Amino acid sequence: MKFNHGFFERHSIALLIGIVIVVSIGGLVEIAPLFFIENTIEKVEGMRPYTPLELAGRDIYIREGCYLCHSQMIRPLKDEVERYGHYSLAAESMYDHPFQWGSKRLGPDLSRVGGKYSDSWHRDHLINPRSLVPESIMPPYAFMADRPLDSHNIDAKMRALKVEGVPYTDEMIADAKADLNAQADTYSDGTKLKKHYGDKAAQRDFGGASKVTEMDALVAYLQMLGTLVDFSKYHPERPGNSR
Amino acid sequence: MTAIALKPKGTPGDVLAVVALSVVGLVWSLCAAAFADDGPFRIHAYVIMGASVASLVACIAGLADGRFVNRPDRYADDVIRAGVFASLFWGVVGMLVGVVIACQLAWPDLFYFPSAGWLNFGRLRPVHTSGVVFAFGGNVLLATSFYVVQRTCRARLFGGIASWFVFWGYQLFIVLAASGYVMGITQGKEYAEPEWYTDLWLTIVWVVYLLVFLGTLWKRKEPHIYVANWFYLAFIVTIAVLHITNNLAVPVNVFGSKSYDVFAGVQDALTQWWYGHNAVGFFLTAAFLAIMYYFIPKRAERPIYSYRLSIVHFWALIFIYIWAGPHHLHYTALPQWAQTLGMTFSIMLWMPSWGGMINGLMTLSGAWDKLRTDPVLRMLVAAVAFYGMATFEGPVMSIREVNALSHYTDWTIGHVHSGALGWVGFISFGAIYCMVPWLWKKQRMYSNALIEWHFWISTIGILLYITSMWVSGIMEGLMWREYTPQGFLAHTFVETVAAKHVEYVVRMAGGLMYLSGVLLMIYNVWRTIRGDAPEEVTTSDLAYPANAVAAE
Repeated sequence: MKFNHGFFERHSIALLIGIVIVVSIGGLVEIAPLFFIENTIEKVEGMRPYTPLELAGRDIYIREGCYLCHSQMIRPLKDEVERYGHYSLAAESMYDHPFQWGSKRLGPDLSRVGGKYSDSWHRDHLINPRSLVPESIMPPYAFMADRPLDSHNIDAKMRALKVEGVPYTDEMIADAKADLNAQADTYSDGTKLKKHYGDKAAQRDFGGASKVTEMDALVAYLQMLGTLVDFSKYHPERPGNSR
Repeated sequence: MTAIALKPKGTPGDVLAVVALSVVGLVWSLCAAAFADDGPFRIHAYVIMGASVASLVACIAGLADGRFVNRPDRYADDVIRAGVFASLFWGVVGMLVGVVIACQLAWPDLFYFPSAGWLNFGRLRPVHTSGVVFAFGGNVLLATSFYVVQRTCRARLFGGIASWFVFWGYQLFIVLAASGYVMGITQGKEYAEPEWYTDLWLTIVWVVYLLVFLGTLWKRKEPHIYVANWFYLAFIVTIAVLHITNNLAVPVNVFGSKSYDVFAGVQDALTQWWYGHNAVGFFLTAAFLAIMYYFIPKRAERPIYSYRLSIVHFWALIFIYIWAGPHHLHYTALPQWAQTLGMTFSIMLWMPSWGGMINGLMTLSGAWDKLRTDPVLRMLVAAVAFYGMATFEGPVMSIREVNALSHYTDWTIGHVHSGALGWVGFISFGAIYCMVPWLWKKQRMYSNALIEWHFWISTIGILLYITSMWVSGIMEGLMWREYTPQGFLAHTFVETVAAKHVEYVVRMAGGLMYLSGVLLMIYNVWRTIRGDAPEEVTTSDLAYPANAVAAE
């Protein structure tokens, strides 16, 4: 060996710089291009940011560590597509700060759970999972059923996400609290909600009580999961979508 | 914090820096408590306030007593002794929580309480993972790195009380992280759950840790930096880079706990697993390899097998590890080129891993007989054997076609634990069994028989754990993809859950055995420190002089 390794052993700063260079290469080559290569995220129709109520529900999903047992990433394998639905696209989590793909299925994948069960099924299941699925090992979340949703900072949350590139408009942020309450109340005027988030944004009481509870928010989030992208207009074989 | 580094020896500049930081912490926590946006954040503000006050009191009392005298002729060992206690304490906490959540999965009706959401699996699981990895493992690394760097440099720790700041700052980080999880404060990224302000605090602590370590290297009286220190340095530097990048976030409120990760979706996924896999690579592997490179030669009284292999091992390991992250994202929406790169480098990683294993094992050349008589050396060597096994299993699981089966299943959990319990745990226990008599100036551990018990009860516990997870993981993976002759999926998801019950009970038993071993070790350490070790000494279990310098 022509080069004498003793140089690194005698100069701690040289060793330090050597380490930094050597450990930087892999990350730069693998991660940096994802921000620049255009077809990393597919072009799809239907993606929109979360409504304020769904966002609040997603924050509860994160708070309770749901991602530790439930994935949100259907792989393009025959059995998974049959069990859960169309395989997940990168576009479907493009507004997810952070991503919730998960790494372990102690419970089933949830990326397309939206619309599969009724609101009251979700509610009963969250209160006591074993009342509906006797073999389930999921924890009970009864405390959510009557805990009022704390949404005092929902507009601040949307502002933070806007800074990070989620396309919330100033109007959406200004109307955040009104939209949140409107979505959980069948009898309120949902015009603005639909204008901001599209006609598909569900407006129901999500099986909850008269006030907006944490349960309502979580169920609203679960019920929209995987329902946004219009797959009748998605063609996987198109060059932009081949990965 | 560089103020610590620049002050000359003998002046209390280091103490003044800590006092100044404590005052800042006090003022900040008063504001944070007053203007807190959410309840849990206010509780954390009070925790930080308490820590600031405690730190101020300790500094002032120490100054009044004249306790902060720098003794350049002595090693700074008190902080290492504290690190040993902290390791044992957090080890029990982390593993106990592990047993509890294993019970929850085996008997959900008995171990869940509908009105106590903070005891649910989703909140306790990060307490377990952070507890064993960062709290137990992290304290072992702080203690051993401070021990090794002083002995191999023949220099006292740099920076006066900076090492104490690192120690207590790290404990504060652990308390903030773990209490945050049970209160629902989490970023929602595995192994990077602590929120933005806890992350910022760890960054400060970590930079001081780097300065203490580097400063001690600069003071060294040995011309060469010993191989163990290369690994510690790579660990400290790389963890800093990973931690900062993966935790970039925008807080919702400067006095609130919630923040949103700056990355989203697919980019966030790869950033996270670049971080996650290299938390394994640099925290749980490179740093614990440093323990191997110091403690195995010391204990076996043999030089390291090959100097050249150490060099190749070091640079190849740290270069290749960084690339392996995408194997956590096979068949996901991550572009396939990235998956393929990740898989290729994961398979290549087998070679440096086994190179290191060979270097560790072959160090015993001519001393293999000690495995019969010295259970501590046996523990260290068993750790390296488990390392070899886990680093073979890893590349196998990183192959896309294997991963199609193993991903999302308990197989992954078993794989992690063969590395964590077998490699990280055993190499840590071995190092603690070595260090305790050295640090407390005792000839030997109180009882070799108890170490034997610890070794065997833990080894059987590990085997129960990983075999049950192999069975349940491969079983559920096969059940998910099983079809009936008519072409329908054969099992509902919940049938695959119900099928794993027996394996979950076995896994819990394995974990409980492993925890029992640690309790035996704590009893043994306590009796050793009390000075209860019997007088008679045989050559085989003779301990080594406390101030010995590593063979280079």
